[in-house]
Amino acid sequence: MLSPIGAEVILPDQALLLARWQFAFTVSFHIVFPAISIGLASFLAVLEGLWLRTGKPVYKQLFFFWSKIFAVGFAMGVVSGVVMSYEFGTNWAGFSAVAGPVTGPLLAFEVMTAFFLEAGFLGIMLFGWTKVGPRAHFFATLMVAVGTLISTFWILSSNSWMQTPQGFDLVNGKVVPTDWLKIVFNPSFPYRLVHMALAAFVVAAMIVAGCAAWHLHRGRKDRAIRKSFSMALWMLLVVVPLQIAAGDAHGLNTRQYQPAKIAAIEGLWDTEHGGTSLNLFGWPDMDEETTHFALKVPHLGSLILTHSWDGEIQGLKSFPKEDRPYSPLVFWSFRLMVAMGLLMLLIAALGLWLRRGKRLYDAAWFQRLVFLSAPAGLVALLAGWVTTEAGRQPWVVYGVLRTKDAASAVTVNQVGTSLLTFVVVYFLVFGTGIYYMLHLMAKGPETLHDAAHSEEEGTGAGHDRFAHRPLSRPTDAIDE
Amino acid sequence: MTIDLPMIWGAIIAFGVFLYVVLDGFDLGIGLLFPLFNRKGERQVMLNTVAPVWDGNETWLVLGGACLYAVFPLAYAVLLSATYLPVVGMLCGLIFRGVAFEIRAKARRTQHVWDMAFIAGSAAATFFQGVILGTLLQGIPVSDGRYAGGPFDWVNPFSLFTGLGLLVTYATLACGWLIMKTDGELQRRMALLMRPLVALLAALIGAISLWTVLGQPAVAARWFALPNLFFFMPVPALVLAAVVGIFISLRRGREHAPFLLALAILFLGYTGLIVSIFPHLVPPSLDVWTASAPRSSQVFTLIGAAIIIPIILSYTALSYWVFRGKVRHDDAGYH
Ligand code: HDD
Ligand code: HEM
Ligand code: HEM
Repeated sequence: MLSPIGAEVILPDQALLLARWQFAFTVSFHIVFPAISIGLASFLAVLEGLWLRTGKPVYKQLFFFWSKIFAVGFAMGVVSGVVMSYEFGTNWAGFSAVAGPVTGPLLAFEVMTAFFLEAGFLGIMLFGWTKVGPRAHFFATLMVAVGTLISTFWILSSNSWMQTPQGFDLVNGKVVPTDWLKIVFNPSFPYRLVHMALAAFVVAAMIVAGCAAWHLHRGRKDRAIRKSFSMALWMLLVVVPLQIAAGDAHGLNTRQYQPAKIAAIEGLWDTEHGGTSLNLFGWPDMDEETTHFALKVPHLGSLILTHSWDGEIQGLKSFPKEDRPYSPLVFWSFRLMVAMGLLMLLIAALGLWLRRGKRLYDAAWFQRLVFLSAPAGLVALLAGWVTTEAGRQPWVVYGVLRTKDAASAVTVNQVGTSLLTFVVVYFLVFGTGIYYMLHLMAKGPETLHDAAHSEEEGTGAGHDRFAHRPLSRPTDAIDE
Repeated sequence: MTIDLPMIWGAIIAFGVFLYVVLDGFDLGIGLLFPLFNRKGERQVMLNTVAPVWDGNETWLVLGGACLYAVFPLAYAVLLSATYLPVVGMLCGLIFRGVAFEIRAKARRTQHVWDMAFIAGSAAATFFQGVILGTLLQGIPVSDGRYAGGPFDWVNPFSLFTGLGLLVTYATLACGWLIMKTDGELQRRMALLMRPLVALLAALIGAISLWTVLGQPAVAARWFALPNLFFFMPVPALVLAAVVGIFISLRRGREHAPFLLALAILFLGYTGLIVSIFPHLVPPSLDVWTASAPRSSQVFTLIGAAIIIPIILSYTALSYWVFRGKVRHDDAGYH
């Protein structure tokens, strides 16, 4: 056999491990871009809508600015997503063969209803200024935003079905769908959809706020910067509390359908009667079946997870060893997510408080705080996914298919080579892509030189809207 | 009589893949032509002819993959396991190319780096697609519903040759596209380039056809059995006619005909391939019936496809219409 890499030895366990690493690596890279795309697409639609209504140039200015950043992020979302959709076949042939009849059609619907919609109108949104009228252009922007949300709908339906499967029969070890309504609207889907869509808005709002904070801090206080700072903080004030409420409801749902996951998240080993305490911090130990250094708060576990004083929560010991998720990982990823949520809540609240004293644009410490916290949304998002996915282990499809049975019959060398290739290519390409996005943000929106563009003008979506200027002129270069 | 769903799905996927090859073919081809054109602003004009539509074009590849996964999961799993490394190569090529699209126009100092990424990415994606095609045509061994060959079975003269063949095909399509979308000096040079490309393409199609027929008795039997022969004879004749047509239209300075005729050649070649492997998805053992997902999956997806694909086709057409006409160096609105 031709092999430049070494002898062909099939070591299923190692191949499986590498395939898992590859999946975790590629999907974690991918999800960063969709989250930004989903959030920014809606933000852009709002900006353009406001511009059409009020005619204030500041909205147009912000639209141009954020659409450039959106375009780079979107392109990276598309190409990293294409990798994901082929990975099911290359690395997870067992999964495709067993669960493909359910996850396949859901993915096909996502392509047909969402990806084409986004792609079809993206061209008009980014390059159609001089080709279509203002209303048609706004329609294109709306379609792109709606497309990203439809995409969220289908992919989360698929993922939630893997968490809480229903609506199928098992025939010869393969999934045969019987009721598509039950499949699409499976028990954890509504919670996950709401939590994820809100997460994308949180991510984008933190990035917009962080970018504005940076410019404010450096002394640039023109209207566009102030406007985006204020808009993002209002957004956070609405969505972060909603997100926390959604997460709380999600937890109740998970306790009902995936009790082992909740026990692992809480580092809870024994089922405590008459009220469960909450481990604030600690180090769960899978071998000794205990949580070291636990800082316990009595009854708080029951309160949060059952909304009652002495509700009972099943401990990990009540599940067979081979069915337990790896607790230390989900214990800490969950706490990281919650900590980020609380941090962002604090930021939103401080923003409101500073508004009352009219100090929002002047408090330097606040700008530093917001700027440094800009990645908090993304950190929470990734931590949340790690909790959800690692907490589902050792199953790929909960209770139906184990991860070890899901892999392809490929060699360690193949998976290893591709993993290495992806790591190098991703860091190289997406690394530079991210660098460019940051660079664009650091440059900030163009300043308005033209006095005629003053805010009072307010003539509606006027003639100058599609001023014939290319989006990027020599002075716009991002690498100078 | 019940409807033969697997057959319908086979046809839909064949259609999707054809659209992909046509649409992404000419935009991948632009990357292949890049090295030959580097006068001021030329490359950006070439890119701008597809900047608004490339994402939609690539989505047909995702649709092909997703539908295969949804309705023929077995074929999807076997094909991708057999062509693991070429698939990874293709995906990496698409990554480089896709990101270069967005960034090239915004870069100045590092523009040549992104040009390289665009060229290499387009070439890799095209070449590996050709290799995957070649591997499929030769047949993939399957046992117990799993791929039964080695990780490097795809490294063989035939597959490498089909890889080269696809490079020429996409370059020709792109050349025809650019004759249609540009003018002046750039268009003149494209027209000059079109001639050798078309001649090479015709030669390659001939070589690959002979190779499949000689190398695979099953394919030969299908083509040369009577009465099939009578139906299939016109195919090579039509290819030849289209080639001659391109040369004539170039001499007369036609702008649309070269591209449309190149599409006709592609269509004929593609039909030839389908005739050779029909009704298999993965020859020699997986046909559309054995590889099928449960009926409920096929019905559910088909309902969606029947409603949504026509809508997709109409707004895709709309988008091409919005961006119709020539693209010039000083056009506003691009990047
Ligand atoms: C919550 C949302 C979400 C999640 C969990 C995922 N994606 Fe994604 N994906 C999107 C939201 C999204 C999006 C917003 O629709 C993207 C991002 C940027 C874009 O162009 O579309 C996208 C792009 C995108 C594309 C390219 C679409 C195109 O060609 O236009 C593919 C093939 C996938 N994704 C596939 C996947 C797979 C197989 C996933 C799971 C493992 C996945 N995505 C997780
Ligand atoms: C987009 C955000 C997502 C992230 C960050 C994420 C993260 C992860 C991680 C870290 C694992 C590895 C868990 C472990 O091995 O312990 C995993 C496993 C898995 N996930 Fe996700 N996931 C995401 C979305 C999805 C979606 C939308 C699907 C399916 C439609 C999916 C399907 C799977 C499968 C099949 C596995 C099993 C393979 C494995 O164990 O590594 N994931 N995911
Ligand atoms: C602070 C309060 C929060 C609570 C109580 C909370 C709770 C939860 C729970 C219970 C899960 C489900 C794990 C599972 O059962 O699968 C989850 C998942 C997740 N969380 Fe949170 N969360 C909070 C904040 C956030 C924030 C601020 C973000 C992002 C901006 C976020 C993003 C996510 C994501 C992306 C997932 C995985 C997808 C999903 O299952 O919906 N969470 N969260």
